[in-house]
Amino acid sequence: MKEVLKSFNDAVAGIQDGAVILAGGFGLCGIPENSIKALRETGVKNLTVISNNCGVDDWGLGLLLENKQIKKMIASYVGENKRFEQQVLSGELEVELIPQGTLAERIRAGGAGIPAFYTPAGVGTPVAEGKEVRVFDGKEYLLETAITADYSLIRAYKGDRYGNLLYRKTAQNFNPLMAAAATTTIAEVEHIVEPGEIPPEHIHTPGIYVDMLIEGKQEKRIERKTVAQR
Amino acid sequence: MDRKSVREKIARRAEKEIQSGNYVNLGIGIPTMVVNYLSEEKQVILQSENGLLGIGPYPAEEEIDADLINAGKETITAVNGATYFNSAESFAMIRGGHIDVAILGGMEVAENGDLANWMIPGKVIKGMGGAMDLVHGAKKVVVIMEHVNRNGEPKILKKCRLPLTGKKVVNRIITDKAVIDVAEKGLVLKEILGDDSFADIQKMTEPRLITEDV
Repeated sequence: MKEVLKSFNDAVAGIQDGAVILAGGFGLCGIPENSIKALRETGVKNLTVISNNCGVDDWGLGLLLENKQIKKMIASYVGENKRFEQQVLSGELEVELIPQGTLAERIRAGGAGIPAFYTPAGVGTPVAEGKEVRVFDGKEYLLETAITADYSLIRAYKGDRYGNLLYRKTAQNFNPLMAAAATTTIAEVEHIVEPGEIPPEHIHTPGIYVDMLIEGKQEKRIERKTVAQR
Repeated sequence: MDRKSVREKIARRAEKEIQSGNYVNLGIGIPTMVVNYLSEEKQVILQSENGLLGIGPYPAEEEIDADLINAGKETITAVNGATYFNSAESFAMIRGGHIDVAILGGMEVAENGDLANWMIPGKVIKGMGGAMDLVHGAKKVVVIMEHVNRNGEPKILKKCRLPLTGKKVVNRIITDKAVIDVAEKGLVLKEILGDDSFADIQKMTEPRLITEDV
């Protein structure tokens, strides 16, 4: 049985200055909203944060940027955040941009005990600088290394006391990969359910990867509301 | 022709690259518009790299779901028969050669198929997203863009000046003026899309164009 916490402050209490954190989500979809808010309240600094994006100015990981808690950001696209740009230009924030598929696979590898792998993405581009290039069947590939972290903050739709998780629609994204790649994984779920309620064959993340569970109500802000033209 | 009509014209022509039964990934910008012209006779499954196979139309107001977005972070719907999956699975599909056609926007394309579409030195870098993975995995990579830039200068070049997204990755270029294939022997002009002559198109294109029979 996993620890089911009641307070987000308790959930993030172990995170220290300088920690490396994986944060789930794509844009604002599937982000661990309450864990991020609680982390902001702790005020821990010099964090390295790995996430596909960096929230928007006033929501998601943007809250940690606003409070100047992030030292280094590793992401694939950060164009939605003005504060990000300012902090990079002023030298307060270090940034490493990684092709999205490479980012996903590096995290997957980290959780799966694979130290490195070769991928075609980035050959002949600025991404290849300083990386080993190897030819397989006449085609060039880059050596990319695994990513692991001290903590993963992830979000799921349902979770049970064994730590088994189910995600909803495209809110899945990076969350299951990150669940496996950290020393400590904190799963924020919309609904804590009884074991057996999620059919075993529907579970996306087996509980072995999860350390702590906490139920949290989500605001689910929408970045670009688009509707059908009538 | 105004900019909007130019973009629509490109999107309409790009639709012809998609065959019934194809799995297709459409990039952000003009590529997203291609879906508006998709023939109802074609059965096409659209992939969104954030973890969806089977993108549906934009939702009605009451259908909006914050947990269902495309790679451009727009709210969308999913068709019956759609599937959701994680980001590593999504890019395994892409890199593994399972996507039939990827249609991307471009800033510059070189005659050897190099593509630049993600950063301009001196301007703030936003990131490459999934573009660098997509250009290596899809069976056919089609770049759609305006033939010349806002200053009237060619975007199809002997060598890209901007940092690359991928080396030797483009199969076909579709612009408001022409359809051009990247071949071993060079750039082959396949179609002229307006009243321009071959000489007019050549003037707007830096490398030498080869004609088969247009």
